[in-house]
Amino acid sequence: MHCQTTGSWGSYMPTTRTAATVVVGDPLERIERLASENAVVIFSMSSCCMCHAVKRLFCGMGVNPSVIELDQDPRGRDMEKALIRLLGASPAVPVVFVGGKLVGAMDRVMASHINGTLVPLLKQAGALWL
Amino acid sequence: MAIYEQFHHISRWGDAFNVDNSPNTGSSTIVPADVRLNNKAEYISCEQVEPSISDQETNKPADKIQRRLAQNREAARKSRLRKKAYVQQLESSRLKLAQLEQELERARQQGIYKSGASGAGGFGLPATVNSGITAFEMEYTHWVEEQNRQICELRTALAAHVTDIELRILVESGLNHYCNLFRMKADAAKADVFYLISGIWRTSAERFFHWIGGFRPSEILNVVVPQIEPLTDQQHLEVCNLRQSSQQAEDALSQGVDKLQQSLAEDVASGLCSGNYRAQMVAAIDKLEGLENFVSQADHLRQQTLQQMVRILTTRQAARGFLAMGEYFHRLRALSSLWAARPRESA
Repeated sequence: MHCQTTGSWGSYMPTTRTAATVVVGDPLERIERLASENAVVIFSMSSCCMCHAVKRLFCGMGVNPSVIELDQDPRGRDMEKALIRLLGASPAVPVVFVGGKLVGAMDRVMASHINGTLVPLLKQAGALWL
Repeated sequence: MAIYEQFHHISRWGDAFNVDNSPNTGSSTIVPADVRLNNKAEYISCEQVEPSISDQETNKPADKIQRRLAQNREAARKSRLRKKAYVQQLESSRLKLAQLEQELERARQQGIYKSGASGAGGFGLPATVNSGITAFEMEYTHWVEEQNRQICELRTALAAHVTDIELRILVESGLNHYCNLFRMKADAAKADVFYLISGIWRTSAERFFHWIGGFRPSEILNVVVPQIEPLTDQQHLEVCNLRQSSQQAEDALSQGVDKLQQSLAEDVASGLCSGNYRAQMVAAIDKLEGLENFVSQADHLRQQTLQQMVRILTTRQAARGFLAMGEYFHRLRALSSLWAARPRESA
């Protein structure tokens, strides 16, 4: 990432800033960036059992998801809040992105698997081969 | 025994049989098909005996013997019918007794649950929790009655070859009825998730197949699909996919619940010898709240599977599917009653 260092906050400071923006980087932007780095990205917490279930679902389908444990990330708290705002509901995790696009929380993931839309989406994103 | 006393007994038995013959009595009471005929026979024979008593005084001695023989035959016949009715009455009473015992056991469990909740002290309002479960119990009883009514309606409609439009309405009602159940369960889960998980609200045979607070979607597909053949190739493919995806979703949720069990056990068991367990209890409560989430996702999966099934199938196939499903659960409930009523060796 191309950054200009000014002031005392180091390389994470964005080049243009207004007084109101968070100087350590927008958590939503970070979420979107992380989500686009892999075909299947799961935001999770290591203690959350529903997150474990969604991980097992993808592994059971032969998909290898990339998992981000928010409780092990220094900026996890902010990302958690941003995810709650994004989903419009609690809890923040688990949340699944496929091909960089938001699929949703557990109920949306299960619904899309049952109605047959998840598998084509995974194939399109290159996460599943025939 | 005086004749009029006998008639009184017969008419009482007749009333009892009329109650049993109602088609929508909770879980089924198996009553032999010829009971109604026996009732009519009882009433008819009651009427026949009376006139011959008054005739006795007016006729000659030879006829008297004939009449007496006829009366004996009649009395013997009545006696045989009475015996048959009595045995059948015993059988149905035995079934009823078994059902009552089951209900009593359930009520006793509720009683234990109530005293347990008030004994725990401080975990919310025991009174509110109880009323949520009591409300669910009542609503569920009505739900089952309505389910039985819908099964009969579906069977009649399919046999009568009604139009697809009318079948569509029945299929939609069937789907809605299940959605209502899931709504009721969501409220009950807030009152006490353990109650739903235990399956105590269902009959014993249903409980054998219990999975995270209810039926297993893939199992229902296995039951229903053979009943609605033939399917087109496209439908076969879609049904296969549905079977596979529901199985995968179930496995995932099961593994999630296993993980929850494991970490709950770890929380509760941490520092057993040190004595102080406040922190462990707090962690355990957090985990238990996660359990509500699993029941909710399991019900969501059930609903999604039913909706997808309706999407894949034609109206007529979907109607047969709902009939098959409803009948399946009805038979499991009947099986529970029969099992409870079976003759056992006294200890």
